[in-house]
Amino acid sequence: MSIYLDRNSRVIVHGITGKMARFHTADMLEYGTNVVGGVVPGKGGQMVDGVPVFDTVEEAVAETQADASLVFVPPPFAADSIMEAADGGIRYCVCITDGIPAQDMIRVKRYMYRYPKERRMVLTGPNCAGTISPGKALLGIMPGHIYLPGNVGIIGRSGTLGYEAAAQLKAHGIGVSTSVGIGGDPINGSSFRDILEKFENDDETDVICMIGEIGGPQEAEAADYIRTHVTKPVVAYVAGLTAPKGRTMGHAGAIISAFGESASEKVEILSAAGVTVAPNPAVIGDTIASVMKEAA
Amino acid sequence: MDIHEYQAKEILAGFGVDVPAGALAYSPEQAVYRARELGGELWVVKAQVHAGGRGKAGGVKICKNDADIQSGCEEMFGRKLVTHQTGPDGKGIYRVYVEAGVPIEREIYLGFVLDRSSQRVMIVASAEGGMEIEDISAEKPDSIVRATVEPAVGLQDFQCRQIAFKLGIEPAMTQQMVRTLQGCYRAFTEHDATMVEVNPLVVTSDSRIVALDAKMTFDDNALFRHPQIAELRDKSQEDPRESRAADRGLSYVGLDGNIGCIVNGAGLAMATMDTIKMAGGEPANFLDIGGGATPERVAKAFRLVMSDSNVQAVLVNIFAGINRCDWVATGVVQALQEVQVDVPVIVRLAGTNVEEGQKILAQSGLPIIRAATLMEAAERAVGAWQNELSQDTKVRVMK
Repeated sequence: MSIYLDRNSRVIVHGITGKMARFHTADMLEYGTNVVGGVVPGKGGQMVDGVPVFDTVEEAVAETQADASLVFVPPPFAADSIMEAADGGIRYCVCITDGIPAQDMIRVKRYMYRYPKERRMVLTGPNCAGTISPGKALLGIMPGHIYLPGNVGIIGRSGTLGYEAAAQLKAHGIGVSTSVGIGGDPINGSSFRDILEKFENDDETDVICMIGEIGGPQEAEAADYIRTHVTKPVVAYVAGLTAPKGRTMGHAGAIISAFGESASEKVEILSAAGVTVAPNPAVIGDTIASVMKEAA
Repeated sequence: MDIHEYQAKEILAGFGVDVPAGALAYSPEQAVYRARELGGELWVVKAQVHAGGRGKAGGVKICKNDADIQSGCEEMFGRKLVTHQTGPDGKGIYRVYVEAGVPIEREIYLGFVLDRSSQRVMIVASAEGGMEIEDISAEKPDSIVRATVEPAVGLQDFQCRQIAFKLGIEPAMTQQMVRTLQGCYRAFTEHDATMVEVNPLVVTSDSRIVALDAKMTFDDNALFRHPQIAELRDKSQEDPRESRAADRGLSYVGLDGNIGCIVNGAGLAMATMDTIKMAGGEPANFLDIGGGATPERVAKAFRLVMSDSNVQAVLVNIFAGINRCDWVATGVVQALQEVQVDVPVIVRLAGTNVEEGQKILAQSGLPIIRAATLMEAAERAVGAWQNELSQDTKVRVMK
């Protein structure tokens, strides 16, 4: 199985009756994702696109044996939904919602750690485009057709820049094992380091592509981990070379506030760890293609 | 969102943090009157702007009499204060805060931040108060004391005592220090702050612990549940273009270059700016119109980008995923028919239905420069901008 998802993953959608969630649920179903239910408090018993709606995650899991979930709930209620998923027995949760208060996410992270490792949920996002294992399952809002199945693992903080990378790979005829959006928020569910570990141990992934940006310590932490634990080739691009210090660039987490958080510092740190850094976003695909040629 | 010093002090005082007696003034005359009300023999008049480094920039005056206050204020009001944090344009001074002087024995640095590594609230303190934290960590890193707060139970008194002892606070004043730290922590968490900085926190010669300066930044994503904080927003301290953008739900940051950018997605927007630079140009702005890229948003974006008089070319870069390129292209054409755009426009579309999108742009009859890749788009934008420049020069020569 791919790192988080496959054809057998049983997915529920939190907030499935909302307009956006409905649209993307239809899209995921069309892609072949096994969406088995939705959760909306007070709307249990309804059907959306042939998918049954439940009042609680607990009930949805009991009825459908769901093991993955997608959170599409508005920011004030999203943290609560993630914790409900963690408590309800969901193993892998993707949160799309943009705009969750940082202190809510601190609480979510703390809450998730109350469970022993064997049954602790993995969260990716929030503020991300989701996760896709091409040809198997799509858990998110990305356009499935820009990804070919293949052996490159993608980890990215940005949605559309991740699409850009996948499309460039497709133009080279190169496919993707899994693409994971870790999101643009300062406090997120999984870091580059967490996903690198998954890809390093994944038989279907031969090359790893990291798409970082300014702000936060996670690219530097990833560099440390790559130096000591990753044997597969890693290609990276870091967005925001032209971003001014101290300004938030769209993503809540994209702000340079400390040493090592600018794009040029991150490029330096990653290069020193043996990562091949694409000099600009137009050549992410070319860089991966040449690294693959070298490795072959 | 940032607030002013006097507002931060009012909030902190509400949580038991000791602050100097002070009052706000909107004119030099009012400042003099406020000082008389406060009494004493020494006052500090402080420009209220959303930036640090005010002292060195002339935004803080120590005054001994009415004339000092009057002249000090006259130098400040209506002026733009330029500090190392404001950028070259500075920030306007429209209010000053008048405080009673405090007899300072020693200065301490105290900050509460969201630590992204531990994903918790972290306290950062140093006995080297009065310096910027960046300078402390560069010059006296060993003086920094840190503690992280376990979110399930909050800040514990023993942690506060540990900090107090490490900073060398006199044992008799430990309880005051605990009260100060707990007050700041509660102000931080109860109002969804992302930063509380008290620099300096001072020990006075009459054995009090007083917040001499205070800065608070709040989580924009949490303002929905703090209307009383959201009300403190001061648009006079924001870049007017950024305020306008924020009011229209667009994420915009003004920069110094000439090539305006309209992009969907924050990461792609930064990447587009980087590519422009790589191609030899300078971006005029960061602008993320969101994943949707609806015609209305594209039109709004054009209006916003064109309101910057430095813009000499506009690069539109949209990766249409769920929203197909043909639909985005229709939006761009509509926007260009609606909004007066008299500089070259370069459009790069990618993703779903790209051929149909290109066809719509080509058939629109508008002078849109099309590009297939990100690099090509940046190169064409830079080329068009340079071309504009040389034409301008010709016109000038002819005159």
